[in-house]
Amino acid sequence: MLKHILITAVMVSASITSASAETIRWARAGDAITMDPHAQNEGPTHTLNHQIYDSLVQRDMSGAMIPSLATEWAALSENPNVWRFKLRQNVTFHNGAAFDSEDVVFSINRAMADGSEMKELLSSVQDVRAVDAYTVDIETKGANPLLVNNLTNMFMMDKSWSEANDVMTPHDVAKGETNFATMNTNGTGAFMLVSRAVDEKTVLKANPNYWGKDIYPNQVTEIIYTPIQSSATRVAALLSGDVDLIQDVPVQDLGRVESSSGLKLATAAQNRVIFFGVNTTKGPTADLRVRQAMNIAINRDAIKQVVMRGQSDPTGVIMPPFVNGWTEKLNEYPKYDLDEAKALMKEAGYGDGFSIVLNCPNDRYVNDEAICQAAVGMMAQIGIKVTLDAKPKAQHFPIAKGGESDFYMLGWGVPTFDSHYIFNFLVHTQTENRGSWNPTGFSNADVDAMIVSLESETNLNKRDETIARIWAEVQTAQIYLPIHNQVLNWGMSENINFDVQPEDQPHFQFLTFK
Amino acid sequence: MVLLFVAFISFLIFRFVGNPVESLLGQEATVAQRAALEEALGLNEPIYVQYAKFVWRALQFDFGNSYRGALPVAELIATRLPATLELALTSATFAVIFGVITGIYTAIHRGSFLTNLILSTSLIGVSLPTFLIGVLLIWLFSVELNWLPSFGRGDVVDLGWWSTGFLTLSGLKSLILPSITLGLYQMTLIMRLTRAEMLEVLQQDFIRLAKSLGQSNRQIYFFHALPNILIPVITITGLQLGSVIAFAIITETVFQWPGVGLLFINAVYFVDIPVMSAYLLLVGFAFVVINLVVDLLYLLIDPRLRDSQMRGEN
Repeated sequence: MLKHILITAVMVSASITSASAETIRWARAGDAITMDPHAQNEGPTHTLNHQIYDSLVQRDMSGAMIPSLATEWAALSENPNVWRFKLRQNVTFHNGAAFDSEDVVFSINRAMADGSEMKELLSSVQDVRAVDAYTVDIETKGANPLLVNNLTNMFMMDKSWSEANDVMTPHDVAKGETNFATMNTNGTGAFMLVSRAVDEKTVLKANPNYWGKDIYPNQVTEIIYTPIQSSATRVAALLSGDVDLIQDVPVQDLGRVESSSGLKLATAAQNRVIFFGVNTTKGPTADLRVRQAMNIAINRDAIKQVVMRGQSDPTGVIMPPFVNGWTEKLNEYPKYDLDEAKALMKEAGYGDGFSIVLNCPNDRYVNDEAICQAAVGMMAQIGIKVTLDAKPKAQHFPIAKGGESDFYMLGWGVPTFDSHYIFNFLVHTQTENRGSWNPTGFSNADVDAMIVSLESETNLNKRDETIARIWAEVQTAQIYLPIHNQVLNWGMSENINFDVQPEDQPHFQFLTFK
Repeated sequence: MVLLFVAFISFLIFRFVGNPVESLLGQEATVAQRAALEEALGLNEPIYVQYAKFVWRALQFDFGNSYRGALPVAELIATRLPATLELALTSATFAVIFGVITGIYTAIHRGSFLTNLILSTSLIGVSLPTFLIGVLLIWLFSVELNWLPSFGRGDVVDLGWWSTGFLTLSGLKSLILPSITLGLYQMTLIMRLTRAEMLEVLQQDFIRLAKSLGQSNRQIYFFHALPNILIPVITITGLQLGSVIAFAIITETVFQWPGVGLLFINAVYFVDIPVMSAYLLLVGFAFVVINLVVDLLYLLIDPRLRDSQMRGEN
């Protein structure tokens, strides 16, 4: 009798727990900076805001572009400077207000206001106007065939809500401003904000009126987001079952997570490439042969095996595979050949080598300092005496960017998935509005002109040809020494089905439970 | 005076910690935008002007807004302070109670097995770095045994301005591991100090007199010996409490404890100068206040000091 009661009790309690809310406890190293969708343009902030707000278009879990609040988009045949977006109908914001073209016009203008960090992505936009309740035209200064790529993190806000709460412009984080939208939200997304304690815990719950209810799995009913900065603690939290998903598993813990019962690892290439920059106009590295020798002397396979424990994708070009313009040929990296490298050094007149300082961050990229230490040894093999100067990113980036370094490490992500983004920052001559991350001294007027032409070339075939020509120039000039593309590892509970998204941006409406 | 000096030092240091403009603007900013931001933040004004403005505003509790969180620094610190204070208080209580008890025990029962055990394992408390102790405790009690949470503060209850973890079960469970981590060094210190002082006091004549008068051991230890060893213990505890509050940074980072220590380390990481300056001033203030309280406690405990004060007035 007692046995029967016990069995029934166990079964009842089991069924009760399985019928409870499907909560995901999610952790990563950094927290979002603000809930105002236009005030910041950085990873963790966008990732959190993507659950609450929607953009016109977005990238799904494989990185492909899919419709979101816009269902169709195309350039007008009669005027290629204008992109017409057809909006999704019957969408409501979390407060019940209807979503229409007025909100789109307001949001895009808000993203272009002073204090918005999203301004640069809309620098080619001249005007935004509503054609009717569900159609919006965006006019660019010249034809911009890839405008859509810049809109994947451009969130739509409700105009009337913003008016009522005095958040017509984003708060200027730099000036230390703050406004109602910093901690309060009203979006169209799959989740609504329940509570937020910065650097501690943010709780979201499913939006019952989500427009994507029947389109996506939508199995998650609650998200509890807790940033955990210490990587040891983050892994411990996953191992002890205190969290269900972590996005940044340290490479030394991959084996442990994978072999733990109840946990699994999801791995994918990341949209981020790591490379060295060198001074191309002064000093020994100004000689092309020296740069080529250094490039050959980097043993990328050894770095992958020893430093990254297999978690890297060696490459010969500063472009992740997802980016438009990538080819297998470009991706090839030179065979590690010390004799050839030494011969090149001798030919350049540096048979006896030279000394140089390598500036490196120590808290930004995966195993960044360790990679630099390996490089020091590799450079020594061809006679280059490298002094390693590793600093936290806040001190390293001004040095690298400001041209104070002759040899530095940098990583680059490409949110637009197009080569122009790389060229505009890393290859173009450094001017007021372009080339801000190109301190190498490389300056080629023809290449500059080609880069600018990409912004208004509507013939996509011709555009891709120009991209290929620019890459050929970059590779021949050996401005940069590419190392590898990073690999993302997400650790999660075994009962979750979730692919790794190449931008490191989980979209929880796609998550399913086993 | 002390505070002005601390403010000046903190001010000087932060001129050299790196450029906050980089972290603020992100990789896509142009050269022109960076120049504009440096102007807006007042980074181009001469140092003494910036310092004077800083002190003036600090006196009005206006520490500016955090560069990163865009919230007023004073508000930010006020929100995070309860977490650190509760942690510091719990770990100090743990350290004092266990430290004094084990100190007295090891002094009274010299040479016993338990005494030797306590003394040797206490070496762990002083020789292992805080970070390692924290991670080991998490590994043992959270990952392996699954008894206690691995991070965070658990559920907290808001009592007006203060948020407390003492009123919920998860809050109390979350306090255990961080308090032990933070308090272990203090506990060991207090234990050895108590033991040394106790051993010395027990040799004194008045103790022998009390024994010969037939007083019980309990009376001797707790009414005669203990008050005499309290002054050094209180001094050390006071000094340590200040550093516990100030340097709970490591423990807070390991346990993701949302206190001012974690706030500070993030400020350093992002070169959030207003938060760093305010934190340094707060730490200076805390040290000054605690040492004042310690001095006042002397008067309370030691009648001789009270009398000499009165005699001094004559």
